[in-house]
Parts: sequence; structure tokens; C-alpha cells
Amino acid sequence: MRLLPSLSLSVFFFLPLAPLLRAEPWTEPLAQLRQVGPEGAGNTEAAAAWNELTALGSEVIVPVLTAMEGAGPLSRNWMRTAVETVFERELKAKTDLPSEAIKAFLLDRENEPNARRLAFDLFSQVAPEEAAALVPGMINDPSPGLRRDAVAKLLAEGKAQLEANEKEKSLATLKAALDGARDADQIDAVTKLLREKLEQKVDLPKHFGFLSHWHLIGPFDNTDRAGFERVYSPETEINLSAEYERKEAKPVKWQEYATPDDYGKVDFNTPYGPLKQVTGYAYTEFNAAESRDAEIRLGCKNAWKVWFNGEFLFGRDEYHRGQRIDQYSLPVKLKQGKNTILVKACQNEQEQDWTAQWEFQLRVCDATGTAILATDRKPTPEKVAPVRRRPVKSE
Amino acid sequence: MRPLFTLLSFCFLSLSTTRADWLNFRGPQGSGYAPGITKTVGELSEKTLAWKAALPGRGLGSPIVVGDKVFVTAASGPEQQQLHVLCFSAADGSPLWERRFWATGRTMSHSKTCVAAPTPASDGERIYALYSSNDLVCLDLEGRVVWIRGLTLDYPNASNSLGMAASPLVVGDTLVAQIENDSESFAAGFDLLTGVNKWKLDRPKSANWTSPTVLEKDGEFIVALQSSEGVQGLVPATGSSVFKLAGGAATMPSGAAVGDELYTPSNGLTAVKLGASGAEPAKLWNQSNQRPGTASVLVVGEKIFLINNAGVLTCVERKTGTELWGIRLEGPFSGSPVAGADGKLYIFGETGIGQVIDPGGEKGVITSRIELGETILSTPALDEGSLFIRSDGHLWKFSAK
Repeated sequence: MRLLPSLSLSVFFFLPLAPLLRAEPWTEPLAQLRQVGPEGAGNTEAAAAWNELTALGSEVIVPVLTAMEGAGPLSRNWMRTAVETVFERELKAKTDLPSEAIKAFLLDRENEPNARRLAFDLFSQVAPEEAAALVPGMINDPSPGLRRDAVAKLLAEGKAQLEANEKEKSLATLKAALDGARDADQIDAVTKLLREKLEQKVDLPKHFGFLSHWHLIGPFDNTDRAGFERVYSPETEINLSAEYERKEAKPVKWQEYATPDDYGKVDFNTPYGPLKQVTGYAYTEFNAAESRDAEIRLGCKNAWKVWFNGEFLFGRDEYHRGQRIDQYSLPVKLKQGKNTILVKACQNEQEQDWTAQWEFQLRVCDATGTAILATDRKPTPEKVAPVRRRPVKSE
Repeated sequence: MRPLFTLLSFCFLSLSTTRADWLNFRGPQGSGYAPGITKTVGELSEKTLAWKAALPGRGLGSPIVVGDKVFVTAASGPEQQQLHVLCFSAADGSPLWERRFWATGRTMSHSKTCVAAPTPASDGERIYALYSSNDLVCLDLEGRVVWIRGLTLDYPNASNSLGMAASPLVVGDTLVAQIENDSESFAAGFDLLTGVNKWKLDRPKSANWTSPTVLEKDGEFIVALQSSEGVQGLVPATGSSVFKLAGGAATMPSGAAVGDELYTPSNGLTAVKLGASGAEPAKLWNQSNQRPGTASVLVVGEKIFLINNAGVLTCVERKTGTELWGIRLEGPFSGSPVAGADGKLYIFGETGIGQVIDPGGEKGVITSRIELGETILSTPALDEGSLFIRSDGHLWKFSAK
């Protein structure tokens, strides 16, 4: 541990020599691009740096791709446009492009996932056949963008095998595709074939990492949408045996709820009926095998808030503008053992058919969308015929 | 307090009329009428189709024209994560350059619309491209990156799960954009050279897809922002309020500005005229039965044109709001009509049918039509003797023979 201060002092001592040691013309511009900040900070300097970078030749391509590691999303966009500008200019000029270095970069799974996808696209332009040959090997790639191509290829092969009535081959191909798939549209497409054409069971909630078992409590008031900001008891304590009094209404208490929905939808209308202007809470625990970075991904068309291990993560007061899987991604740090998740979902006053939903869906995964499963994950509940009731009354 | 207006501001806005460039959604003043374009294409047919160029993704944003270049945006990829700015030669449609960005904000939208819904804007020197993901980028005309903003990174609840569509507009030395939604709703003025906020203003917490228009009085410009609450007039350089019109307004079709008069889809259609410094605008008239659908209001000379959700084009007298005539077009329409100095109206429907309407007689007459065979949800851009339109898959140019 003492080595680091010593090194720092050495660097400081030789600082006047730094310009001589800094042989690469892209070092400073790249450092500038990494410094762009919020609300436009650093844009002027970044523009100058961008011009410096794009004035260089194709030797700058791989260093810029490499610099995307650890850079923020705005910095990566500056870098991306610089890489593509140089690449396209040099390609048009038919100068030698560092295709082998680009290939080596894309094959190194330690590199930044978006940068690797970009490198693949560049490599495809100079060596399309060789690039295509790399695709099957990317079925388990940590870059979702690269993995997607491999899944698409397997999906196409599986379909062709089905059409040729090669069911066993197709089953193996499609199972491999499902194992690799992380994007909802591809997962849906593969699942449909497995279920409908090959009569296979697919545990989609497990594949996605949806949390299917919850404790629910409600309804609390949300008249005039005020419940979104109002702090009800579940926000201050989690006591699953508690009962809470309400004005001019029956007390409420926690109840267990398990959803069989393929996409993990937790439907408050099921236990409480089709209510309007109400707020509900859902609580669950997630036992993690290890401490690690993760994402809580939520879909919800009601106003919502999420707390993780007692800390408020994010909230949004938008009603009935749409819902989809992975609508919101919330980075978290899982701790080994028990983690707690509390979701607040508010239903508003609208009465149209398309405002009936009072629900959310939530999964735990890594940054690539790969499910992280709890060590004590319960089996996905068996499906029953769905019941949808139209909201007719207010609580 | 009325705004002081800089000479620079006047010069920028003047560009859009004197050079006949089409610099933003619905061209001059964001209102669809370009008196500086003396000759329009006249006919939409195979004979006037000059070229078409393939696009890499969908978009609802219109093309814009700056000198001899045409710019258009697009979004592609399974989650619309890839954002494109494309530059074409106006003369022959050859691609000149393209820049691609990764979306940094939410890309979710209703399936009908898409992330590339806003039309880009220009000041004649740079392009400002805004996307529903709140990515806002500035490029010069040669494709050099000038600045990048990720507004969702700065304001994380500023989004609409159906998608946003308001187009930005350059007024003077400020880029004005409406990022209006049910949650973190705001409008902002951005510095043209650095992208930093010159001002940021809270706006009604309500989804809004309308775009700014520009009023002019005594050589000063006021940007008019429409919303569910009404219309607010702002000094573009500072964001300070000049006037407020209550009573609500539509959140899809935008109004039209002509000099110091504003025609707003509010309680039907409402016409107002700016008053003296410090005074509230005076209401000229209101016609509660004139309700535009998605297409925005167009004012050409002494006539106002509205298209309702049934595809009926109605012509209204500008002085009184009295209906003069109505004809049914081949709709439905998501895009808006535009016109040049000759007064002919150009409109494209969702099924890809383009129509030219001569409104000069006792009743409007459809003088030509063309079927492009692709979904079109956008508004055309005009240039001298030419028209540009983008479909889901192509950018098209029509030129007078």
C-alpha cells in the first residue's frame, strides 16, 4: 500500500518530462472528452478535442475505442462520432485500416460492450465474411449488442429446422437461442416457437429474473394524486404483521401475493378489486449469493416509487402513458444475503378502459440484462386463467 | 417589460425568409408558410419526383433545408437506441455525411411514433437535433460535433412513455426547446455555441407534443409556447414571460403565428393580437366549432386552413374566423400542411398519399396527388421550386420542371 504514494511522488518529480513521455497525440483530446459533465459542462473543450482527434489518421481508432471503458454516456458519444468520422473518411480514401487491431478489440470481452459492438460494425465493413463467421461464437457474449446477432442467427436456424420438420435439431437450436437471448423481443419469439411448435415449458419469469412473490398492502388514499407524495406507514417501517388504521375505512394489513404472469406483473387489482385514486405497496426480500453490482428493472404505467434496502431509489409521477419490460433501470449494489425491495404504486382517477391497470413488474439482473436469481428463489406459481375487472368505483 | 432584441437575433431569424431556407419544423416562424419561396413545386407526380434516398431508420421529424444541403434525423435498432443525423445533397440526394449517437435517455414510445419525432433546427450554420430520448446534439454543416447534451441525464424524470415530439427552434441566438411531459416538465433556451442552459423554465406537468412558434412585433421576437394550460409568450434569450393566455390549448396541433397575430387551437380556434408593451394580447375572435385534429394550423394571406381528424380541410376567414369552405382530403394525417408564396397547400397523409390543394377559388381543389407507398407521419419542407418529404424508409424530393 505504500507503493502508491511513492509512485505519485515519482510522477510529480518527473512532471516536466511528461510532454516528452506523452508520445500519443490522442491522449490529451481523449482526456478532454472524458471530462464532459452535466448541463453542457466541457462542451467547448470537447469540441476542440474532437477536431484534434478527427484530424488524425486511422491509428486513432483503437485508442478511442479503448478510451470508452469507464467513460460516461456523453463522453462515449463524442468518442463514437470521432471513431466513425475517421473510419469512414479513411475507408473512402482506401487507406490501410487497422482491421486486425479492431478485430482483436472486439474479441476482447473485457472491453466496453458498446465499443465492442461498434468495433464489430467497423470490422464488418472491411471484412464482412470474417465478421459474419464470428457471430455464432457470440451467443454468450457480455455485450448485448453482439449477443443479439448470435441469437438472431440461431432463431433463424431453429425456424428453418422446424419448417424442415427436424424437431429435435430445432429444439436444441431454439433452447440455445433462449439461453443466449436477453432482449425481450427475441425471448418472446423463441418462447412462442418452443411452446407452440415444440410443446415445451418455458419458465419466463425465471429466465428474466422477475420477482414473483411479494407481500402487498393497501389501498391507501390517492385522491387528487396526493398519495404519491404522502408518506404512509410502509415507507417508515416494514412490519409484515402490522395493521394500519385508515380514515372512514377498514384497517389494512399485509397479505402474500404470488404472480404467475410470464412477465412478472404484480396486479393490485387482483386482491383489492378495480379501485381508483388509491395507493398500494409491495414488499419482497432478495437473498443474493454475493455482494455485486446489479440493476433493478421496472415496468409500470402508474406513478411509482422504489426503495432498496431502505434507501429511496427513484420515483415517477406519470400515469397511463405506457408500460413495458425494463422501462426503467435502477443501478443497485446487492449485498450478500438479505436485500429488501419496496415498491409503491399509485392509481389515479382516470376511468377509460386503458387506465384499468394498477400494476408493476420488477426484475433483478446485471447490466447486460442477464437474470440474477435469489439463492432462495421460489418456483414460479402455476398459471390460472387471467381475470381482468374494469375499475368501477373509488375507495 | 417588453424584450429588447439584438441585431444578431434579427439576422438569424431573417435568414429563414430571405434565403428561403427551411430551418425547422414548419419553416419560417414555425408556422408552415414561407412567403420567401416564390415558386413551389406545383405538382406531385412521377414527373416531378427528382430523387429518393434510403434512410436507416424511422422518424416523424421533417427534413430541413440549409443552402444546398438537406438534413433529417432517424432512429434505429430494436429499442431505437441508435440515433442518426443525416446530410444529403439537395441537388441529387447523394449522402454527404451521417453521424450516429447512442441514446442516453429513455427510448420507449408508442409504436406509431418514434424517438426521431422532433424535427431538427438550424441557424444556417449549425444543426440542432433533438430526440424523444432527450438527446440534443449540435453539429456544424460539415458534420463536426459542436456540442452534446443528454437532458435525461441532467433531468431524469423529464420523459413521456408515449414519446415526445416537440421540435426545437432557433430564435435569435437561442435554441428553444419544449421538454414537456407529466412529470419533470420544462422548456429551456440553449446557447447555440456551447449547449449550456441560458434559461430553464418549469412548464405544466402535462404531456405536450406541440412545438414553439415565433411572433414578431416592432422588430422584436417572442416565442410562443402552447400547452394544455394555454399559451405563454417568452423572450427567447432570457425565458422571461411576456404574456400568458389562459383557457387551455391543444397538446398536439400547434398554432400559427403571423407577425403579431397568433392563431391557436384553443377552445376551438382562437385568434389574438399582441398589444402594446406590457399589455396582454387582445382576443380577435374565437370559433369553438373549428377544431384541428393532429395537423397544425396554417395561415396563408387572409385564409386559415385546418384539418380535422376526419381528414376534412376547412378554410376559415382570417379576419373573422368564419368558415369559407371545406373539402375532404385523403387522410388520416399526422403531418401538417405547408405553403409558399403562391398559396398552394402541400400535405401528406399517413398512408403515403401526397396532395396539392389550390385554395384560390370558391372552394379548394385537389390539383394533384401521388401515392408513395410508405407510411408518412411527417410534414414537408419547402425550398425554391422543390419539396422534401420523409417517409418511414426514404427521403423524397420533388422539383418543378
